[in-house]
Amino acid sequence: MIQQIDYFVIAPPLVLALAAGLVLLLDAFLPARPRTRGVLGLVTLAGVLVSLGFVVAQAAGGGTPRSTFCVPPSLADPATVQCSFVADRFTLVFAGMVLVAAVVVVLLSMAELAGGGIPVGEWYFLLLCTFVGAVTLPASRDLIMLVVALELVSLPVFALTALKRYDGRSSEAAVKLFVVSVVSTAVMLFGVSLLYGIAGTVFLSRLGAVFSGQVQAPGVALVQGELPAVGTVGVVLVVAGFAFKIAAVPFHSWAADVYQGAPVPVAALLSVISKAAGFAGLILVLVAALSGQAATWVPIIAVLAALTMTAGNLLALRQRSAVRLLAWSSVAQSGYILAPLAVTVTADGATAIGASMAYLVIYAAMNLGAFAVVMLVSKTTTRNELDDYRGLVFRRPAAGLALAFCLICLAGLPPGLAGLFAKVFVFRELVEGGSGWLALVMAVNTVIGLYYYAVWTARLFASAPEPGPVPEPAPRRTSPATLPAIGIAVAVAVLFSVAPQLVLDVTALSAFG
Amino acid sequence: MMGWLLVALLAVPLLGALLLLLAPHALRPHLRAYGLVLSGVTLALAVLLVAAFDYGQAARPQFEIDLPWIAGLGLRFHLGVDGISLPLVALTALLTFLCFVYLCWGRARAGEQLMGARPRALVFTLLVLEVGMIGTFLALDLLLFFVFFEVVLIPMYFLIGIWGGEGRRAASVKFILYTLLGSVVMLLGLLLVWAQTGTLDIEALAAAHGAGMARSVQILAFVAIGVGLAVKTPMWPLHTWLPDAHTEAPTVGSVLLAGVLLKMGTYGFARIAVPILPEGAAAVAPWLGALAVVGIVYGALACLAQRDLKRMIAYSSVGHIGFVLLGFATLTPVGINGALFANVAHGLITGLLFFLAGAVKDRYHTADMPSLGGGMLATLPRLGSVLTFASIASLGLPGLAGFWGEMLALFGAFQPANVLPRPLFLTYMVIGGLGAVLTAAYFLVMLSRVTHGRPRRPARPAERVLQVVGGPSPGGGALDTPDAGVPDGDAHDSPDERPVAPLDAGDRPGEIGGRLVEVGDRPGEIRRQPGHIGRQRDDLGDQPEDIRTHELLAWTPLVVLILLFGLWPGLLLSLTTPAVQILLGGAS
Repeated sequence: MIQQIDYFVIAPPLVLALAAGLVLLLDAFLPARPRTRGVLGLVTLAGVLVSLGFVVAQAAGGGTPRSTFCVPPSLADPATVQCSFVADRFTLVFAGMVLVAAVVVVLLSMAELAGGGIPVGEWYFLLLCTFVGAVTLPASRDLIMLVVALELVSLPVFALTALKRYDGRSSEAAVKLFVVSVVSTAVMLFGVSLLYGIAGTVFLSRLGAVFSGQVQAPGVALVQGELPAVGTVGVVLVVAGFAFKIAAVPFHSWAADVYQGAPVPVAALLSVISKAAGFAGLILVLVAALSGQAATWVPIIAVLAALTMTAGNLLALRQRSAVRLLAWSSVAQSGYILAPLAVTVTADGATAIGASMAYLVIYAAMNLGAFAVVMLVSKTTTRNELDDYRGLVFRRPAAGLALAFCLICLAGLPPGLAGLFAKVFVFRELVEGGSGWLALVMAVNTVIGLYYYAVWTARLFASAPEPGPVPEPAPRRTSPATLPAIGIAVAVAVLFSVAPQLVLDVTALSAFG
Repeated sequence: MMGWLLVALLAVPLLGALLLLLAPHALRPHLRAYGLVLSGVTLALAVLLVAAFDYGQAARPQFEIDLPWIAGLGLRFHLGVDGISLPLVALTALLTFLCFVYLCWGRARAGEQLMGARPRALVFTLLVLEVGMIGTFLALDLLLFFVFFEVVLIPMYFLIGIWGGEGRRAASVKFILYTLLGSVVMLLGLLLVWAQTGTLDIEALAAAHGAGMARSVQILAFVAIGVGLAVKTPMWPLHTWLPDAHTEAPTVGSVLLAGVLLKMGTYGFARIAVPILPEGAAAVAPWLGALAVVGIVYGALACLAQRDLKRMIAYSSVGHIGFVLLGFATLTPVGINGALFANVAHGLITGLLFFLAGAVKDRYHTADMPSLGGGMLATLPRLGSVLTFASIASLGLPGLAGFWGEMLALFGAFQPANVLPRPLFLTYMVIGGLGAVLTAAYFLVMLSRVTHGRPRRPARPAERVLQVVGGPSPGGGALDTPDAGVPDGDAHDSPDERPVAPLDAGDRPGEIGGRLVEVGDRPGEIRRQPGHIGRQRDDLGDQPEDIRTHELLAWTPLVVLILLFGLWPGLLLSLTTPAVQILLGGAS
């Protein structure tokens, strides 16, 4: 039979995929001149923007969520709708956030590639592939598509990390990322197969019905809503697989080395887009498919969140390299994002997910801002350590103030109100949901986190160091693309500071589908 | 309604600070005037507020403005001012303005140096600080209160961390971590209240007097909020950030820290903790009172042991705040009135004391009391007199502002609220009274060391060092020769005597090393690099100046207000009494 495909619904990933192909063709047929680099960057940017346009158009269309790749009604169980690709608000929020972050990452890439030494066509192709995966993932509503989309996010990133050829650190980072990612995929696939074995379906909605006891499971009978042990193992394995992607403890150790070894735009990509994709998948699986089994995974997530934020913050305390510090701090921030998921005890844990998403959206803006400035500084210094930021405010006032703002935002203090409110959202869910201990752990962590953010911020304002015996390397020409990247990220962070309601409006979703 | 007035109070400094950020170069030549004018306008608005306030209805929040801000959080931009917050708003505007007067008017050395090192950043920081301080006192929404409470952290961190003394980095980090820990715990308490009652409106919550919250919840929330406020206040076991922050902060930083920032904590007790959580307050009050009296006695004893003038004043704050907390702990109108009065009086007096300590440090390059040598009344009669005045005001001489608040707080402890155990509070009262005696003791000791006695300070530290360094030309042995001019060798017995690095001694690592080279272990063997001596020598020709014009301008209003509130306490009490009665409506 012929399946009807709603091309408007799948337009955002489709456009990105077409742009990816176009970039490869252009790279092959355009003469290899420096100008070509810029052209390819602009084509990529245009692709991302058009895709973003489709997302906005879908959001503006409103109404009922549109879906495609559905099981035809004649074959489906009438009790549940079974679609593989759904563009509801959850999808649109994640897709929109990913694409805006993608714009920043592409701009940063243009600056990174301006130096030469990295094959341009391949870079943009891989970048666009990642975006395709990241946009598809939140729309996926079956396990197979979820895994495929997640792999589409992960696989190109190894190659991107390794594209800085003849760089030992970079290759090491790529290998680490590859090994960790493959292991996590294997673990997750095992978990997925167990879940499929129990429920006999890959559709999340159907899984949800089975695990909440509404529909009889064909594989294993639920005894009074209790999962058999094999089901618990499946849940744990799936959670572990996603925990790798979001660098949650105990699967966090790859973060710092990979972030440091990878080119800065890839580090930004990992810390925002790849992480957002991981969270989207985690939320989908936990809330859409496994909400009936919350009793199994809520304690796991709570402990994971507490450990993640604590370990991330403690490791960040001792870092001297800017990128490593951001790496560990982003691990800690993952913990804050995870925390509200741990209070999603009931099936209508919509507000708690809203808090997670709100935090993620705000985090994306402020973290990208920080990475953009780090990118700028990395062009003029070799080691990119915290001491290189001494007096940045006087040398480059705009960049220095932007970084200061982003760091204070990440720390969650005024004037960085966005970060403060993000933390308040999370705290509110924790206090309301009765997870007082997690709130206390997070409170202490907020203070630990403040230490390294404050010390770094203070360095920005400290007077510049005496010119040492080693003359600074001659500043390479900074590409003009970095400044708009900083501008976009900081403008969004400032916007969220003044009107956090925007984030809440967008992320307040009643349910999926 | 005149709701715009409150918005303007916040908007003027905020927009002023933003303008400074946007148009740095246009304003650079006029920075002094700029800061002065902006804080002056804010003060004028505050005066207008005081004038337009309806004193017949001091219990009711006036000039209210209530706009939705973040619907998703139930956060409203809700401002208002009543009898409790009005004096504090006025105090904040006044102290900030006086700080600008101190910084900008004169050509004082300290002012020069502060304004010389990054003047734009300094003005910016102070203006943002003012926004946070005033906003805290105006907010009538729990989360809005919290936001403003947090706004002050970053500016104060930079104020200490950039313009502070030698140990500024550690002090600033300690300050911000400590206070953030407190405020995060407070946030949890506030959110607990919110989760239980479903509203963030302080007015509505205070009117409900804890209805809708179980006793256990109230106790939990009171402890959480109380801990947060107590760090800021600071209450006894949580005070350890305070002495360092005060000692290292520049003069204006100390003044605002003691004068206003500490008040934000005590104000929180009066505005949030006591009225919203009456049962929690009743349960925790005995503990609060115990910690308060421990603070009083501990503060006094710590003061007796101090050598550094600034540090001593900082510890005296711990003691004074102990009286304020004791007043709150009694849960009676008398006690709370006393607490609020002591609050304002402490702001005025300690603000003045820190100004004076800054002036002393500015003149003698040290605040170490033994090396100041005494006899200030003879050498600098005016400065000595004002210091004496401020000290006896602070020790609570009847007739000055410091007296009434502490007397009322102790009086409240004599007859605490019915729910509280009276014998316990009688004990507190006795211990508090002893603490008051100790307070008098340390201030008198300080005065006898600094202002009285024969001026026996022939060699100021800078001078002595100069002699030491100047020595090598006749012979190398001069390094070890005691200064001939020192009659009793007193100058050599203090290890803390080394000259304090000037305030702007940036953190360029090479520079401090370049200025001060320790030759050996003995303090006398400090030598200065020649490049720096020239400047010191300029100062040596004449005796340190007595009070300068800008100092006089900055201090006179404080002196006048201390006298005014001392002689006419009813002025302030009539303002707070009705508000306090409303506030205690549920408890008593």
